[in-house]
Amino acid sequence: MTAPLLDLRGVTALYGASQALFGVDLRVDAGGVTALMGRNGMGKTTTIRTICGLLPNRAGEIFLDGHEVSGLAPHRIARMGVGLVPEGRRCFAPLTVRENLIAAARPGPWDMTRVTGLFPRLGERMGQRAGTLSGGEQQMLAIGRALMTNPRLLILDEATEGLAPTVRAEIWAAIAALRRDAGLGILLVDKSLKELGGVADRGVILDKGRTVWAGSMSTLDAALAARWLGV
Amino acid sequence: MGRERIVNAALAVLLLGVPLWAHWAGEPFTITLATRAAILALAGVGLNLALGTGGLVSLGHAVFFGLGGYAMGILAHHAQTFTPLPLWDLPGTKSMPVIWLVAITGGALMAALIGALSLRSSGVYFIMLTLAFGQMCFYFAVSSPTYGGEDGLSIWVRNGFPGLNTLDPLQFFLLAYAVLMAVIWAMARIKASPFGLALAAARQSPARLDAVGARPFRLRLVAFVISGAVTALAGALFADLNRFVSPSMLSWQTSGELIVIVVLGGVARLYGPVAGAILLVTLEHYLGGISEYWQIALGAALLAVVLFARGGLIGALAGRPVAHD
Repeated sequence: MTAPLLDLRGVTALYGASQALFGVDLRVDAGGVTALMGRNGMGKTTTIRTICGLLPNRAGEIFLDGHEVSGLAPHRIARMGVGLVPEGRRCFAPLTVRENLIAAARPGPWDMTRVTGLFPRLGERMGQRAGTLSGGEQQMLAIGRALMTNPRLLILDEATEGLAPTVRAEIWAAIAALRRDAGLGILLVDKSLKELGGVADRGVILDKGRTVWAGSMSTLDAALAARWLGV
Repeated sequence: MGRERIVNAALAVLLLGVPLWAHWAGEPFTITLATRAAILALAGVGLNLALGTGGLVSLGHAVFFGLGGYAMGILAHHAQTFTPLPLWDLPGTKSMPVIWLVAITGGALMAALIGALSLRSSGVYFIMLTLAFGQMCFYFAVSSPTYGGEDGLSIWVRNGFPGLNTLDPLQFFLLAYAVLMAVIWAMARIKASPFGLALAAARQSPARLDAVGARPFRLRLVAFVISGAVTALAGALFADLNRFVSPSMLSWQTSGELIVIVVLGGVARLYGPVAGAILLVTLEHYLGGISEYWQIALGAALLAVVLFARGGLIGALAGRPVAHD
């Protein structure tokens, strides 16, 4: 059995004196998609911030391709192949679409042509400032920017939140294409269980900062969803 | 062509045209004023990379300006007195290219040292640290009798540049103008490069940039070093223009004056410092001849720009920056 691309074992994190994660276990396989689920405030974004080094891991271990990354600076973790699409998109608003992509670019198969192939709308907006794009276009830019870093693991935090249904469909189609064609490991946070079930092969549910369920998405039944996700 | 490019071209033509006209009209002092504007603009262009693109409000850039000035003064002093430099018994020089090389290297090294320590802080602490370094260098120059102390250091004849008669005001202006245009061209390339774009992104959100794999501290340090080197080059030219260097070039007032030039012209605008320097030198000359309180007018101009024209003169003339494909 090959080592997972991302492996979290008993990860613990605090905001000041307040503990937010109490031992999170999670796995993403190379080329696989893992859905990270849970109700609001259960620690999904905190887990992502801890993986990316934006919040220190106080106990437990985080392995990326077999290498422990806890304690490394965020830019070093990113350079090891972790691409983050943060919640709320957070593009560099004063820069144009092209400039946002260039600022993040690192050598590899993902370049401007491939990103605009995935999101043709970005190709039409290259000279437009990111701050003036629609929410959906900003989300596409945030994903494109993360891909320009040529990651092995792509983390998407609430990538479809607050978007119109047609734009959400475009984003989900792009994620499915990434899974099918790019061979990336993907860690996905989203509230839409139906769409998650369509693209993810594994799932993890957090409750009050702990992993309470992990397994194949095909085994996530209505009773589990009702108990832990309230749906 | 965007409006800003037209304004930039007009400024470049104005700065070149006035001394050419002055030469034709037999007004050598106007050429000297234009040279002063070009050199101050060069210092402002250096500062603008750190302040405008990088968002680093440095109140210590006079260190680099003065260091460039003292590089010129010390090397020329030893050349004209036929005495060796205190270090390694090297001779002085009257060659501008050599002096520029020393000034640029010295400015870059000093900026690397100050930046490595100051850039670990941000906001008001960064401003205070750069100010503190500036004041340390100022008092070091004041208390150093070897090179004139508080009285400064004069050189008898302007340094030379191969193929030019630098004693001719127009030729010296053209040299300063060529350096300014070359540096502006280089700055345009830097701003459009991945490094420049990442630097601009770091200004908006260092944490966000960190998360895509770029280290904001390193980007800012490189920008600070380039900025210091350019400002030192301007300092060497400025001292050569006046044939004099003194601790006032290292004072915090000089740092403030460089910031005023950038803010007046337009922060982060490529030709902002050119517009700011032309305005400053014009006010200084014409209003300074009327009243010793001319800086009240400068203060009013600065207030007007900050309150009503956030993009400085360039912003007022050309509008908001245009996004480029």
